[in-house]
Order: sequence, then C-alpha cells, then structure tokens
Amino acid sequence: MTTFLTLLLNGLSLGAIYALIALGFSVIFKASEVVSFMHGSLLLFGAYTIAQLNAEIGFLPAVALGVAATAGIGLLVERLLINRLRGTAVITLAILTIGVDIILVTELTRRIGSDILNVGHPWGGEFVRLGEVGITENRLYAMLTAVVLMGLFFVAFKFSSWGVAMRAAAEDGETAALMGIRRGRVSAVAWVVGAGLAAVAGLFLVGSPTPGVSPGVTSVALRAFPAAILGGLDSTGGAVIGGLIIGIAEALASGYQEQLLFLGRGFGDVVPYVVMILVLLVRPSGLFGTKELTRV
Amino acid sequence: MSEAVRGRARAVRIVLLLVALALMLIAPVFVEEFWLRTGFAAFGAIIGAIGLNLLVGTTGQLSLAHAFFLAVGAITYVFVSGSPGGTVETTDGLGLPPLVGMLLGVLLAGVAGLVFSPIAARLRGIYLGVASLGLVFIGQHVLNTWTSVTGGFNGRTTPQFNLFGFSFGSDNPPLTVLGVPFNAPERLWYLGLFLAIAAYIFAKNLLRSRPGRALQTLRDSEVAAAVMGVDVQGYKARVFLVSSMYAGLAGVLYALSIGSVAPESFALDLSVLYLAMIVLGGLGSVGGAALGAIFVSALPLVFQQYADSLPLVSDIGEGGVNAGQAARILFGLAIILVVVFEPAGLAGLSRRFRRKGKRPEVSSATAPATTAVSTPFHRPAQGSTT
Repeated sequence: MTTFLTLLLNGLSLGAIYALIALGFSVIFKASEVVSFMHGSLLLFGAYTIAQLNAEIGFLPAVALGVAATAGIGLLVERLLINRLRGTAVITLAILTIGVDIILVTELTRRIGSDILNVGHPWGGEFVRLGEVGITENRLYAMLTAVVLMGLFFVAFKFSSWGVAMRAAAEDGETAALMGIRRGRVSAVAWVVGAGLAAVAGLFLVGSPTPGVSPGVTSVALRAFPAAILGGLDSTGGAVIGGLIIGIAEALASGYQEQLLFLGRGFGDVVPYVVMILVLLVRPSGLFGTKELTRV
Repeated sequence: MSEAVRGRARAVRIVLLLVALALMLIAPVFVEEFWLRTGFAAFGAIIGAIGLNLLVGTTGQLSLAHAFFLAVGAITYVFVSGSPGGTVETTDGLGLPPLVGMLLGVLLAGVAGLVFSPIAARLRGIYLGVASLGLVFIGQHVLNTWTSVTGGFNGRTTPQFNLFGFSFGSDNPPLTVLGVPFNAPERLWYLGLFLAIAAYIFAKNLLRSRPGRALQTLRDSEVAAAVMGVDVQGYKARVFLVSSMYAGLAGVLYALSIGSVAPESFALDLSVLYLAMIVLGGLGSVGGAALGAIFVSALPLVFQQYADSLPLVSDIGEGGVNAGQAARILFGLAIILVVVFEPAGLAGLSRRFRRKGKRPEVSSATAPATTAVSTPFHRPAQGSTT
C-alpha cells in the first residue's frame, strides 16, 4: 500500500509537470491553431538558460530571466512566422514548428555537449516524508507551483479580458475579429504563456530525481503530447487532467516494472503513448475535446 | 500553336530524362566509391519519401510513424535472411535467401500499416499525427527489448544482399566493366537505382489512375469524396498499405546501406527527416519527394566528407559546428523558408522556372496536362495565403 501511495504521489507530481506543458500546447492550439512540435526545444532552452544564469545572478533572477527569454522565443516565432501564415493548414504549421525545433535542439545540444548540466536548485535532492509516503522536495515544489500557476491561468482565462478574447477567438475566429477582437494579439499572448509554462516545467523536470539538463529532456516534452491529445487538444481543462492521467500511469508502470516484466524493461516510457492510443480509439477527439462537425 | 509548344516541351523533358538516366547508368565507371555509397543511401531515401508523400502529400494523412514502418522492413529482412549468432547478444535468424527477406520485409511493413489503418481511419489531421508518433516510441521499445530478433540496444549486422548467387556485398562472382572492377558499391548502386526507378514509376502511375484521383479527392474533402462514391475508409487503408510497403523497402535498403540495424537508427528523428524530405520537395509531387530525399539524405554525408574544406564547419570535438549539426541546422532553415516562401517546395520552384519562358495563356493550357498529377493547385496547405 505504501508503495502504491508513493507511486501515486510521484505520479501526481510528474503529472503536474506534464499538465503545465500540455496546458501550453492547448492554449497555443486554441489561439493560433498551431500544434507546437517545438515544445521540447522550448523546455530545453528554458532549463539551459536557467542553469547557465544561476551561477552568475542567483536562482530567482535566473528563473525569471530564463522564463522571460523562453517566452520571448515563443513571441518571436509567433510574430515572425505563425502570424504571417494565418489560415494555413494545421499540418503545414506543425511542420514549420518542427523546422524551428530542429534548429533550436541542434544548437542547444551542441552547447551542452556530452555532459549533464546541473541547474543547482536551492532545494537540491532532499526527500520529504509525508507520513509513510516519500517524494523529492523538487517534485513537491513542482506540484505546488503547478497548482498556483494553473489556478492563476484559469482565473485569467475566465475573467481577464485576454481570457474572454481568447475564448471568443477560439469559438469563432471571424466573428470575434468582426467584434473588434485582435486575434494577432490573442495568439501572441498565447505563445508567450505557452512558452513560459514550458520553461517552468523544464526547471522542475531537470531537478531531482532527474540528474540534470541533457538533450534527452526534449523527449519528456514529447510525452506531454499524449497528455494534451487525450484530454482533447482544444480543452485547457482536459490538458490538465490528461497530464495527471499520463503522469500517474507512467509512474505506476515504472514502479511495478518487476510485475510487468513480460512487457519488457523500461515500459514506463511507452505507457503514455499506449494510454493515448487506447483513449483515442474510443474517443477520437480526446476526452474533453470538441467533436469535429462535418457540414456539407 | 499550343500543341506544338506542348510537344516540344514534352520532347525536351524526355531527352533530359534519358540523359539523366544514361548518366546514372554509367556513373559507377567514373565516380568514386564515396558518391556511389551516398547514392545508394539516397535511392533508399527516395523510395521511402515517395511512400510517405503518397500518404501525407497526396492523401493528406499526417503520419510521423514512417520510421516505425522502416524499422519493420529492416528488422524483418535482417531476421529472415540473417543467420543465428551475434556478438553481444545471441540472436536468431532464419537464414533464408536475401530476396525472400526483402520481399517479406516489404510485405510485413505493409501488413503493419494495414493493422494501424483502422486506428488511423478514426482519427483526423493532427490527432492522427500524434497517434502515429506513439507508434514510433512503441516501436523503439520493442526494438530495445525483443533481443532475440532485433539484437536489442546494440542492434545486429545486416546480412549482405545477393540474387541467385550474384552477391551485392562482395566481388563474387568477379565482374569488370571497362577496366573498372565492380565491387559492392557499384553493385549496390545498380540495385538501388533499379528499385528507386521502379518505385517512382509505380507512384507516378498510381497517381494517374482512378485510385490516385480518389486519394487526391480524399485530401481535399472527405465529404466530397464520399458523395462521389469514393470508399473513404477503404482507400485510407489501402494508401496506408502502399505507403508502409514503400517504407519497408526503404528500410531494407537503409539497413543494407548502413550495414547494421540498431534501435536508435529508427527513432523519431528519422520520421522527422522523411517529413522534411517531402516538405522540401513539395507535398504531393513524386518528383519533388525524390529531390527532397536526395537533398536530405546526401547533405550530411557530403558535409562529413568535405568538412575540411567547408567554412564554419569543424570536426567533432573541436567545439564548433560539426558536419552533422550543420546539416541539421540547414534542414531546419530550409523547412522554415520553404513553408513561408514556397509552399510547393522544390517541385514548385522548378515549375516556376519552366513556366517563365512561356506566354501566360499557353502555360495555363499546358499546366493541367503536364503537371496535373504532381501539382495540387488547390491544395489546402496553400489555402488563404495565396
């Protein structure tokens, strides 16, 4: 039972990180109809920048600057590329972000080289015990931060004028534009938010129990893809729930590895995709996604 | 008048094609080994890219699973034609003739595509893209764990290809043409050339046929296709079958070209590179896919070979940008530039050149006749940008 609870808690914390990334995906998709395949590189960029700056200017300023820089890249991509191509097919735009991703990841991989950068979180690799259940301090903070950020996001999404504008634009872009909503600005803000969330997720993802910043981190961002998809790409709440489901499923599969040995070692890494394909078979637009209507 | 112009353009095209073919046929006599090996890798990539293009470009089904189907083909070939043994891990093998291995590889890859197609048929657009992404990771897991067949993490060596005793991996039986001994690279060159041309012609003819038209209608509008009597699910399944078979063959050639198969050769990277090929070449164009494949597959090898004489490129470990990285950054840039400025890719560029000299009304008359197959003018990708 203790094992199960520990795994569950760790799964939740991993899921919280996935949820942050997935929320970014779905905000960007809602506002600009782009499926960002470059989230892995944004994550890596955020973690790398924070790790580099931490040694020089201290932890909190480094985090602030790192998140801002990553958000800046998101903004740049939106302004220079996405905004020009409004109305282009989703597939083409997805391929465009793959192009950006290739460049960013190649350059970051070259800079990081073969060693593993240590971010130097002030909390290090300490363990916290809550009753009989243990979790690393890093993951605990990740969970708390995720809860706060998501709370802020949903409040803004519900009440701020940007949130209203964005929901209107996602509902019916043309009508929203006719009503005076500036879709370009909505989409720019969405990219800033999405990229910023990715940087925050990156910060926690490279902390304990993960050894540090290495190019392999990008593949974790890819595992947030199933999270966003199974929640329904255009549903922000779905992204959060999808993230938690994926995180828990992955943690359980890795934790009970010995019992699942017939599926092969390291099955935990694949579980997100298996869960996603199973869910999509039953609900092709994800759990909470809007069904695509075909009108003739 | 326009008839005459069209006839002349056609003649020019045929002559150019024949010259190119003749050059490629005699290339092994005067070209050095490096280029022959690069060429063989490119031929494999051409086959794979044409297959992916049928799926993504022609039918509009975004797939990131191409690396998985390549892996199925490559592993089947290695398992069926390889012999039991192995250096690090013990591996099984059936030891059947390589031709059987190749055919089975193509078939099994096709079957894998067919098995995936019911899932694919339920999903649309980007959902399909991400679901197919899952296939790559599941494939990686299988490759890493099913050691007796795949050789596990370290992979296993590819058995050499031979055809009824004529080996493509050694100089047995010895063969000399015009004083040039034909060894493995020369022989593989012809094998690749033959298969690539066959794949090209098959795809061209497919697109010109009734099923080909049906696939293009599917891309433009599934509803319209269904109304016109196109069996939507049936055609989706069949295009997955054909595309995966192309991938299977490409996988076999890939395995022959690098000499061994390891899980990391079939990671998501490979899918992304194939996607880059068809985007650069121009979605929907068979010739474009071939051009894109040559560009993407040959560029890193060429960079590697001539790293010393290129500016800004340094050897691995010197801290600068090495050849592989330079090539990757170039792909990334090329993808962005193509999507932003020339969504029809290399095929679109060449079409632009061809049209330049002609009078507008002539070009509009010839365009559908000569390029209707390869040029979806009303492609949704170009949509409202034009």
